[in-house]
Amino acid sequence: MRNLIAFLWKNYFFFLFVALEVVAYFLIINNNFYQRRVIINSTNDMLGNVFEGFDNFSEYLSLSKANRILSEENARFYNMRPESFIKNDTTTFFIDDTLYNRRFKYIAAKVISNSVTRRNNYLKLDKGRNHGLKPDMAVITSDGVVGQIIEVSDNFSSVMSILNNNSRISVKLKNANHVGSLFWDGTDYRMGTLVDIPSHVLISKGDTVVTSGFSHIFPEGKYIGIVEDFNIGTGDSFYSIGVKFSVDYNKIYYVYAVENLLRDELLQLDENKIAE
Amino acid sequence: MAGKTIIRFIVLLLLQVLVFNNVDFNSYVYPAFYVYFILLLPFETAGWLLLLSSFLMGLSVDFFTNSLGINAAASTFTAFLRPALFKLLKSKKEYVPGITPGIKDLGFRWFFAYALILIFAHHSVLFFLEIFNFNDALQTIHRIIASSVATIILVLLTQAFFNKKEK
Repeated sequence: MRNLIAFLWKNYFFFLFVALEVVAYFLIINNNFYQRRVIINSTNDMLGNVFEGFDNFSEYLSLSKANRILSEENARFYNMRPESFIKNDTTTFFIDDTLYNRRFKYIAAKVISNSVTRRNNYLKLDKGRNHGLKPDMAVITSDGVVGQIIEVSDNFSSVMSILNNNSRISVKLKNANHVGSLFWDGTDYRMGTLVDIPSHVLISKGDTVVTSGFSHIFPEGKYIGIVEDFNIGTGDSFYSIGVKFSVDYNKIYYVYAVENLLRDELLQLDENKIAE
Repeated sequence: MAGKTIIRFIVLLLLQVLVFNNVDFNSYVYPAFYVYFILLLPFETAGWLLLLSSFLMGLSVDFFTNSLGINAAASTFTAFLRPALFKLLKSKKEYVPGITPGIKDLGFRWFFAYALILIFAHHSVLFFLEIFNFNDALQTIHRIIASSVATIILVLLTQAFFNKKEK
């Protein structure tokens, strides 16, 4: 026993190194590999406040751009108001219509930190549990899809960007209606890769790519980008398609968190199917 | 000396999370400039302190980047290599207590080799852990080299700047 202690003591540098690496390894496994089971992360309020303070400064520098985007968005919403439409039909209808159930709820939030240069990128929003944000809600902007919420604290939330090794989004080609899977290969933050589109589908450059809505997270038909290039490897039966994102991820200021109000019901259905 | 090191810890941490993590160089370049802290720890730093302070530095950066453990693992590995590297790199001067591992005390060639090896080791661990597979190894290596070059340029510039100031 004494020899063992002496041995450990003599080589403590090595053993301390191994111990610290093991600690780091467990932290990585618990917090990175299973993204959704994040225990301690930067969403906690103290760090959120640091980011918010810093962001207030950088936001000041980009006010004009943010204003322009907001006013464009305002204009679009004005266009959607009932006053902007003329009523053509004369059929009677009930105001309290039960034919329509609200399926998606939008909550506006501000981005307080963002990155595009890492292999795994995250955003932080200034809204959290208190404002109704929950993990697995979709995050979109007026131009397209941003990512999904992975962790919320009382006042802040972390979003896994589309620009992340762990991000897979179910998308479809708007014209062909074929469904594939979109991920990011880590090279260029303006380009994503779309796979699983079978080779018999006719694609052309400029085709629109939208969300499929199959994941129960994103609403169907949200704009993602356009086809920039595509190819089939020899002997492959699926395309590899380069998609140019519609959103410039390096300048996102205001986003909407989208809650699928029927998600639990859909997941319940999936679970029942598996159980059978 | 201890006070100076603690100040350097805080300044480099803030620089890393507030500046370098936010500057968009290129999707391949991510300078982990905080390694400078490990490079400049005094020679007489005890082994446990070297490992623990490096681990703490990495962990602190991790807290801000949502990558818990990755920077900590890379930093601890770098700290572990450091004493062995001192033995490997011969210098005209003795590693007497009081001198720091810098250009001023040990010359440009010594420091360049020292910084290059440690930064490259650090970035290799960092980027491979971040990806967590070897599928796109070539792309990862590309990223490691580009980022290492950026970091070493920053380290050398900082060295040059602060040496001049002290004269």
